Amino acid sequence: MRIEHKAMAGTLESSDVMVTVEPAEQGIQLSITSPVIRQFGRAIKQTALETMERLGVIDAKVTIVDQGALDCTLKARLESAVYRSVGITENIPWGRDNV
Amino acid sequence: MKNSVGREIPRELIEQGWQPYQGKDAYNGTEFQKVGPKIKVADQGSEEKVLNSIEEAIRACGLKDGMTLSFHHHFRDGDYIVETVMREIVRLGFRDMKLACSSIGSAAPIVADCIETGVVTGLTTSGIRDRIGEAVSHGKLKDIAILRTHGGRIRAIEQGKIHIDVAFVGAPSCDAYGNASGKGGKSNCGSLSYAEIDVMYADQVVVITDTLVPFPNKPSHIEGIYVDYVVEVNEIGNPKKIASAAARMTTNPKDLMIAEDCVRVMRALPYFVDGFSFQTGVGGPSIATTIFLREHLKELGIKIGWIVGGVSTHMVNLMKEGLVGCIADVQDFDLGAIESLGTDPRHFDISVSEYANPFNKGAFINKLDFVILSALEIDTDFNVNVLTGSDGVLRGAAGGHPDTAACAKCCIIVTPLVRGRIPTVCDRVVTVTTAGDSIDVLVTDHGIAVNPLRQDLIKHLNAAGIEHVDIHTLRDKAYSIVGQPDDIQFEDRVVAIVEARDGTVMDVVRQVKPFSISED
Repeated sequence: MRIEHKAMAGTLESSDVMVTVEPAEQGIQLSITSPVIRQFGRAIKQTALETMERLGVIDAKVTIVDQGALDCTLKARLESAVYRSVGITENIPWGRDNV
Repeated sequence: MKNSVGREIPRELIEQGWQPYQGKDAYNGTEFQKVGPKIKVADQGSEEKVLNSIEEAIRACGLKDGMTLSFHHHFRDGDYIVETVMREIVRLGFRDMKLACSSIGSAAPIVADCIETGVVTGLTTSGIRDRIGEAVSHGKLKDIAILRTHGGRIRAIEQGKIHIDVAFVGAPSCDAYGNASGKGGKSNCGSLSYAEIDVMYADQVVVITDTLVPFPNKPSHIEGIYVDYVVEVNEIGNPKKIASAAARMTTNPKDLMIAEDCVRVMRALPYFVDGFSFQTGVGGPSIATTIFLREHLKELGIKIGWIVGGVSTHMVNLMKEGLVGCIADVQDFDLGAIESLGTDPRHFDISVSEYANPFNKGAFINKLDFVILSALEIDTDFNVNVLTGSDGVLRGAAGGHPDTAACAKCCIIVTPLVRGRIPTVCDRVVTVTTAGDSIDVLVTDHGIAVNPLRQDLIKHLNAAGIEHVDIHTLRDKAYSIVGQPDDIQFEDRVVAIVEARDGTVMDVVRQVKPFSISED
């Protein structure tokens, strides 16, 4: 899947995460800020990369501003941001592989 | 060398004479000689101690580089005293000062600046937060900070481990001869217990007030016999931040559930009989526990004999309803508590030595039945952390937590299982502030666990049909929700010693390591 335009999902509320995806060249450029980065930074990075791979996103700038979200929340926000960036807003195939 | 909670005590600390923690009862029967302060006898011809400014008081005290200054924390986030005094210290060019605070928080960001610039090079406190915690955790303080419990701080003063050169005491009212009170002024805080021992052991004492009243200001919390100088200022603090209208009752359903379960546990134990003693704080589940106790007390036709520690309106209300015999107060959290202190003869203040000092001839908490406490983290050995955050930075307070937990017949920790993505129940707490040997029961929103050291309590809970699980089950549940956290990485350098109440080393806090996501 190719990121067409910049899109966001999520909020800056406690226990949520705000994900921004933007078009980019040459792979996934990941930026993560989180109050729990020392304990869960590695896990957040892994989930982000796995989700991008699962959705077939090869080139994207992904900015994650985490407020202590659980892994399920992070996945949902990542998917939302990606689908919004390609204009899919109905019948979203949540959790599905490569669309 | 490892101490009895399995923490490695660095060899250089052992070489400096520090001893590892050996359990909560290791010091019983210890004998020691108390120290005393140097006294400058009052000029019999002078009837006043009032000076015109803090600068004058600093000069009159003969303050020198390297001296130790003490402060109390009764004004909490509304405190102007630390900021005002330290501004003068900086302006007059002093260096290398050592601070001995009962606690220090967000009200004195100047202390963080002083640590960065070397005006302050030593610190002992029970609580440390915000920029000051950041500065210490990032290795900016020259000395190793020593974090002490409320009771342990008094022991250290009486042993001479903390020698206070000058104690600065903020007082809501004071007369010109130094009789000071936590009431009777514009910014009342109620009890002044944390300052009471400081003034007895400091070489010199300066009371700072914004309400000078006629002599004698009695009843006083601080007696003029201990006071060298009195300074009047415009404002000692922000009254709105010193005391709220009333500590608020939580509406968080998790907190309410935890509190209900906590009261069920209490009721199932043999200590829950007429005249029992009780202490708790002002966290969400703690206040809810205080409120929920009412129905149970009424139903059983019993009352609480006495409450000790920090006081909120909710406790005062229980006393007014005849459900509490008396309140022994060391700190007031809201206006209702401040108003009641000393007005109702059943509500009196006690010094922090009388409250929690492990090295006297018997503190109030030695007779305590129940204490309800919170935790940032608790591990599967029941060790509790209330000092360092999940990023390893100092941002909490030992306070009376380790003191009361060690002494109470039943110490119950009330906490949600997870906070955001932080698991409260974990394999290994970042910093041990309270040893697992002091913690008896854990009540979370996902279940109850009892310390296996307390088979007697397990028997009573089983008899009452109260379900409980192994603490490892709660840890697994927490990790199943948030994932297993990585260990926090630290530098080797020790930035703070967490001193057990008896003066041994419970744990050390190391400098935080810069973190980068790309390093893995």
